[in-house]
Amino acid sequence: MSEETREQTAGAPPSRRTVIGWGGAGLALGAAAAGGAVALARHDDGTSPVAGTGGAVPFHGPHQAGIATAVQDRLHFAAFDVRTEDRAELVQLLKDWTRAAERMTAGAEVGEGAYGGLPEAPPDDTGEALGLRPSRLTLTVGFGPSLFDGRFGLKGKRPGALVELPRFPGDNLDPARSGGDLCVQACADDPQVAVHAVRNLARIGFGKVAVRWSQLGFGKTSSTTPDAQTPRNLFGFKDGTRNIAGTETERLAQHVWVSGRDAEGSAAWMDGGSYLVARRIRMNVETWDRTPLGEQEDIFGRDKREGAPVGKAKEHDEPFLKAMKPDSHVRLAHPDTNGGATILRRGYSFTDGTDGLGRLDAGLFFLAYQKDVRTGFIPVQTSLGRADALNEYIQHVGSALFAIPPGVRDKDDWWGRALFS
Amino acid sequence: MRAVRLSVVTAAATAAALTAVTGCAEKSDGKGADGAVTVIAKDDSCEVSQKEFPAGHVTLAVENRGSKVTEVYVLHPDDRIVTERENIGPGTKATITAEIKAGDYTIACKPGMVGDGIRQQVKLIGTGATSTGRSPERDAAVAAYRQYVQAQADATLPKAKVFTDAVRAGDIEAAKKAYAESRIGWERTEPVAESFGDIDPKVDVREDGLEEGQDPAKDWTGWHRLEKALWKDKKLGAAEKQLADTLDKDLADWVKRVGKAEITPTSMANGAKELLDEVATGKVTGEEERYSHTDLVDFKANVEGAQKSFDLLRPVATKNDPKLVAELDRQFAALNALLDKYRTDKTSYVFTSYEKVGKAERKELLDGVNALAEPLSKLAAAVVK
Repeated sequence: MSEETREQTAGAPPSRRTVIGWGGAGLALGAAAAGGAVALARHDDGTSPVAGTGGAVPFHGPHQAGIATAVQDRLHFAAFDVRTEDRAELVQLLKDWTRAAERMTAGAEVGEGAYGGLPEAPPDDTGEALGLRPSRLTLTVGFGPSLFDGRFGLKGKRPGALVELPRFPGDNLDPARSGGDLCVQACADDPQVAVHAVRNLARIGFGKVAVRWSQLGFGKTSSTTPDAQTPRNLFGFKDGTRNIAGTETERLAQHVWVSGRDAEGSAAWMDGGSYLVARRIRMNVETWDRTPLGEQEDIFGRDKREGAPVGKAKEHDEPFLKAMKPDSHVRLAHPDTNGGATILRRGYSFTDGTDGLGRLDAGLFFLAYQKDVRTGFIPVQTSLGRADALNEYIQHVGSALFAIPPGVRDKDDWWGRALFS
Repeated sequence: MRAVRLSVVTAAATAAALTAVTGCAEKSDGKGADGAVTVIAKDDSCEVSQKEFPAGHVTLAVENRGSKVTEVYVLHPDDRIVTERENIGPGTKATITAEIKAGDYTIACKPGMVGDGIRQQVKLIGTGATSTGRSPERDAAVAAYRQYVQAQADATLPKAKVFTDAVRAGDIEAAKKAYAESRIGWERTEPVAESFGDIDPKVDVREDGLEEGQDPAKDWTGWHRLEKALWKDKKLGAAEKQLADTLDKDLADWVKRVGKAEITPTSMANGAKELLDEVATGKVTGEEERYSHTDLVDFKANVEGAQKSFDLLRPVATKNDPKLVAELDRQFAALNALLDKYRTDKTSYVFTSYEKVGKAERKELLDGVNALAEPLSKLAAAVVK
């Protein structure tokens, strides 16, 4: 095991619950401390063998966790506006966030904890994750295009790939659910752990940043583990079955991680990073549910039971695009229709109750990672926005793009160091 | 570090308990009978016969040799009232008795019954120390804050009377004009007023604060009931005129009791934070002043009250956490600058009607409140360190 991980383990603060009694998680962490598992997890960039046990995903590494990491069950995503105009203060915030994230992803409390401090003062940690497992919490930070507007002297460092997304046909974007200078993606197998993480980071950020919008998600709609079945979206269909798996090192390098020529010049600080597109896609589930099965299957280009492409037997069978209707979702989204454009999807379903008219305020919170949106999301969404038969049942209502910096390498590193140094 | 602190707290509590016990023991000695301490009150002096006398059952024999009605107070170092006697007319005598523990106290005479009074330091002796956790700096902060709170309460009465007189006169326009201003002193010091428990529900409750079974027509009193009459019902009848009398009476009760409120350095610090909480939950949403839309006046007064606490605690806090003090200075300045955008004259309390403050602007105000309230929540820790 490397010195870095040894430090991480040894320096880990008192955990919010004892290791005894964790079952699998405790064993997994024990193994990590002994030397084996963490090295493996680091090598795989967060595709940790503790998946499904409630254990901890390593925080440090060349890439941020929460991208290639096996998709967790729950999401709390938050976009922030930076309120301070002081660059040093923003840098300090990113350092403070990094230190807090190290603790929370390890299952520990923020700062001096949730109890035992001065009775006259509020505790550092809000406390609702006490007694819960780390739950594979990952925290992933990104920088929006608006951060490079000149307030912090970052204009010259705005990568060419950090474009303003074009207006896509059918977009009905709410500015109050779009954009943001910073984002935090919190994924965990326990919703309370994800919410706790965002809440505490927001609290640390008061005065420096303000939450612009946030989204809770459940029911992951994509899988980054190749042997797992693709989960279903709220239309009851499997979508994105050819997603990039966390173990596909080559495809990740080809489509997701920024490096080589893509990480030169103004984008040098992005070496090891990625770009994230977040879209809040509202689904009209009531009208969808009145749609005949055959039409539903035609719209997606798959059968509902198995998720197999038209004319095929299994979900992972290679689709024969010409057998599908020209406006079917799979056909239009497929890399072959889009000059090979491939993205890593890790979206979640959402429902925020009902919309005041009795309709379920539900849909897909789409999250896609790629090394360049100009060859990733933009061509795909352009063809979908124009022609997708699904458009009758969905509407894009929120949108944001973030540059995701590389991972935090060790205890001295922090989110965005390469950008601000 | 934490364990050490806890043991110190325990020791302090034990010492306090011992003091209480010895205090009781002395009380039975009947030492006060040895001869009362005399206080000669004149228009420009307040002579106490002894600077040091035994703790326990204390008797003060007061004689007013001045030309004005006076009152005499025994005060803790933080200005909290131990005991008092009002309305001592010129040429009359009065006796004040109380059980008082050992420690430092102030005796104050107030000729004309106004102001902070003419003050004498006295020491009550006996076994046991003065309260622990105190320091001259902390006591000074609390005493100054107590005076501030009293002054705010005193100043509220005449302003409230302008308002209630207008209500009694049936003059809707004049009453509307005087409404927000009459609340400023209250809003600056609300956590202290709320500490009494019964005054706040009488003077500052909103209709939705009533309980099941309470009848708004009978049980709802105070400023907001009149606010609704003025802005929504647009009429002042016999009931409203009676409510104006009730408001005067309840506010007078508040003014009288303010001096007895329990105030500590930490309650000052957390009270400041609570004032911002008031803004964050009630004012920023426009709920507080839903008929008059004068929320920004309350908002400003809350911030001013919080700032006063902070300024008085500054000497203590600066020693323990100078970074926090600098941050609070910055955030107070930022929030005040933001509020100034909503008034044309920075010396007046005429603010933009909250109806006209849009959603994005409300979020900006709340962001400013959060930016201040979060570090303000750490002030108490900086004060007790």
